[in-house]
Amino acid sequence: MFSIFGKRAASVPAAAPGAGVQQGGSGSPHVSMTVNGKAVTADIDPRTLLVHFLRDHLRLTGTHVGCDTSQCGACVVHVDGLAVKSCTVLAASCDGSKVTTIEGLAKDGTLHPMQEAFRQNHGLQCGFCTPGMIMAAVDLVNRTGGKLDEHAIREGLEGNLCRCTGYHNIVAAVREGAANMGSVRQAAE
Amino acid sequence: MAAATGIGAPVRRKEDQRFITGKGQYTDDINRPGQTWAVFVRSPHAHAAIKSIDTAAALKSPGCLAVLTGADIAKDKVGNLICGWMIHSKDGSPMKAGAHPALAQGKVRYVGDHVAVVIAETLAEARDAAEQVRVAYDALPAAVDLATAQAAGQPQIHAEAPNNTVYQWHLGDKDKVDAAFVAAKHVTRIELTNNRLIPNAIEPRAAIGDYDSGQDSFTLWTTSQNPHVARLVLAAFIGIAPEHKLRVIAPDVGGGFGSKIFIYAEETVCLWASRKVGRPVKWVADRTESFLADAHGRDHVTTAELAVDAGGKITALRAKTKANLGGYLSTFASSVPTYLYAPLLSGQYDIGAIYCEVDGVYTNTAPVDAYRGAGRPEATFVVERLVEVAARQLGKDPAEFRRQNFIRSFPHVTPVIMTYDAGDYEACLNKALEMADYKTIGARKAESARQGMKRGIGFSAYIEACGIAPSAAVGSLGAGVGLWESAEVRVNPTGSVEVLTGSHSHGQGHETTFAQLTSQRLGIPIEQVTVVHGDTDKVQFGMGTYGSRSGAVGMSAIYYAIDKVIVKAKKVAGFVLEVPEPTVDFKDGIFSSSATNKTLTFPEVALQAYIAHKFTGAQLEPGLKEGAFFDPTNFTFPSGVHICEVEIDPETGTTRIDRWTAVDDFGSLINPMIVEGQVHGGIVQGVGQALLEGAVYNKEGQLVTASYMDYCMPRAGDVPSFNVAMTNTPCPSNPLGIKGCGEAGAIAAPAAVINAITDALGHENIAMPATPQAVWRAVAKSPTKMAAE
Repeated sequence: MFSIFGKRAASVPAAAPGAGVQQGGSGSPHVSMTVNGKAVTADIDPRTLLVHFLRDHLRLTGTHVGCDTSQCGACVVHVDGLAVKSCTVLAASCDGSKVTTIEGLAKDGTLHPMQEAFRQNHGLQCGFCTPGMIMAAVDLVNRTGGKLDEHAIREGLEGNLCRCTGYHNIVAAVREGAANMGSVRQAAE
Repeated sequence: MAAATGIGAPVRRKEDQRFITGKGQYTDDINRPGQTWAVFVRSPHAHAAIKSIDTAAALKSPGCLAVLTGADIAKDKVGNLICGWMIHSKDGSPMKAGAHPALAQGKVRYVGDHVAVVIAETLAEARDAAEQVRVAYDALPAAVDLATAQAAGQPQIHAEAPNNTVYQWHLGDKDKVDAAFVAAKHVTRIELTNNRLIPNAIEPRAAIGDYDSGQDSFTLWTTSQNPHVARLVLAAFIGIAPEHKLRVIAPDVGGGFGSKIFIYAEETVCLWASRKVGRPVKWVADRTESFLADAHGRDHVTTAELAVDAGGKITALRAKTKANLGGYLSTFASSVPTYLYAPLLSGQYDIGAIYCEVDGVYTNTAPVDAYRGAGRPEATFVVERLVEVAARQLGKDPAEFRRQNFIRSFPHVTPVIMTYDAGDYEACLNKALEMADYKTIGARKAESARQGMKRGIGFSAYIEACGIAPSAAVGSLGAGVGLWESAEVRVNPTGSVEVLTGSHSHGQGHETTFAQLTSQRLGIPIEQVTVVHGDTDKVQFGMGTYGSRSGAVGMSAIYYAIDKVIVKAKKVAGFVLEVPEPTVDFKDGIFSSSATNKTLTFPEVALQAYIAHKFTGAQLEPGLKEGAFFDPTNFTFPSGVHICEVEIDPETGTTRIDRWTAVDDFGSLINPMIVEGQVHGGIVQGVGQALLEGAVYNKEGQLVTASYMDYCMPRAGDVPSFNVAMTNTPCPSNPLGIKGCGEAGAIAAPAAVINAITDALGHENIAMPATPQAVWRAVAKSPTKMAAE
């Protein structure tokens, strides 16, 4: 899966580009995926990036584009349980995948512990990097089992830029969110 | 209720629910029926004449609807972009400004300058078509380097500005300063570069222009910190439409830091083009465009001197600065290195005489304008580097040298036009010294040395002038607008309240803090208050958010509107309670009177104001809605002491910030959680300037730092957590005692970092950004290293 970290080499997504994609009648690929628990299908321009599929086709505008070159992390979503920068993933390559965006993180009207921790710790100001930051933080906790000191959190958020908070309260939020994710044994994905 | 959510409580933010669930509404999240897309054709040259523009191939490209150039915008008589602050040179002549067209007229002046716009059905089609626009340029030599741009023989960027000099301005008493330097026992002289920065709000700028032919009116959705000022400029100067035919909406905005104050070419063009093509036109910057064409910040070179007498008292300060203004004057560019800079050169110190000269210089680079702190970080860097170096040269403890020279009585009139109204600089210093454990720094330095590391400590005792008001004062200094703020408090019949403000929140949390104030003063739950901002059709007028002004000026307007609501509500209560109005008291949401046992709640009075059964129209006007404009009597003067402690690895040049202490006096606080967040964010932008960030143009004028791979933004792993505390000397020029907190960190931090690094190095020879490579080279020049060799 794509890593959220700029320094790591990006490996091929679980669903290889084009695998299982049906060509629509117009020559546009037909993609099917599950987004936030709902099955979605669409005929798309082959060059459509996952972030644009989410924002423009599904109107899930919580996933943001901050740099369009996979450096800022505002576009992080989960594909099959792992964080990806959706500005560098083709929508067609996610055919058959399960995608979770910031809109799908709260369950039955209850905020995910990481969302709640960002609010409680003032881990956001303008809110633009926040969806990607929260999705990356949830992935970080899932990958590490939640054993995170300040250094590990700071290094783990390397792929996400925030210009407002100075990271101080984001670090506090991730620490608290990680603890609460563990305590409620919430399966994030 | 009020205890948990009122003034001074760390209330969790009301706006967070939508941001943490992905329900924010930023400009790029908005799409209009029939919307088209704009892509700009930008100059690849820093300086060139446009020989011809061939649009034929682009027009044939699939989906392309129009290609518009400078000739088209001139034909339609769209006005030029403006600079709204007139600066006069020391010879009395007005600044020499060249025209700033929204689409280039015959010449381009920086890489990224706007040459043409392509409108197409989709973004992809607009990009494809833009690549088909053939522009023939005659490349000209470029004047890129600030230090040499005014020299004879340099390329001339605007015919109106000989030697690329916009103004040669000064402030202070030159003769008095010169005399003080002659009499000085000790003179410290330094040369500084305040590195050029690129603001980089994570939300790129965006605009949607939408012309309604049925109403003959326009709507602009845009990433603005001040939508009313945008409307005023677009109407009165650029001439898009009269104000009543132009609605500007700044919805959720993803950070600004100054870069979204300005009225840029892109929103002008989207509005104009939407009428040309008869459909809405949307533009969203990609990150490279943000780097190329957002207004940059800082970029000064300065020579500064400090005169000290035999007793260690600072007697005079002298500075000469060249300020890069870029290829055109952006909206407030002229004011930043003049009246937002030199009036702060007294710092926190009692200095008898100050003189500053500033040359504003055109170069073939992106326009430079206000960026978080705007002039005040540059001033603080000059003062705090001078004071630090002077203390070292005199063999004095830098904390005690500062203490000796602090201003101690208020009001204090500086030699550079400011009247500081309140402060206790020693209180901040003492608290910061204690929190930073300054007494034991020697032991920590020794321990680092034992491990082969170099430890240093650096101070920054900053002051800033915020609010950017009173209007009459800024008007006398050349501002084209007043800088008050407005508010309207609308009470609904059921007692809930809408607060309309001319301030704009793009991360500052106004929806929470403004509701805290309103909730407490009206005695209603905070959930009963909604704050409305960012739409010129809802809020009558406003001056927007910058200069740390929304608390001190914006909330004060709300305060006085609430005063008027209470006055009116007491009259209503008097009729309902059947008591004389002067006997009515209002406290904690309850109306009572010495003349009766009966009481009324605020919602009960609100309802009575609207049903109007207990008074006649001759006695009292129905309804409960009041507005206020607030124009303060002085700037506000936040101040504080930041102490940065670093450890440098001499083998790698890596600087690690080991601890950071910030003690700030922001006056009274509404929400300390939000204030601390502002401090954290400001510090990291300042640390970014000191250690990581620097916009670099090569000698041809190409921006070589035009992506996040090349421009080093601070990441979580680059910075520590911060030890933050506050003191409070309430501001006397507004009813809430607020001074403002938005810019402090960015103002204080660079000097603290560089003072710490130079302390560790043992010499002053390091420039910002102090990257590992720069520090590693500087280590080689340190006295201990040279002694060892």
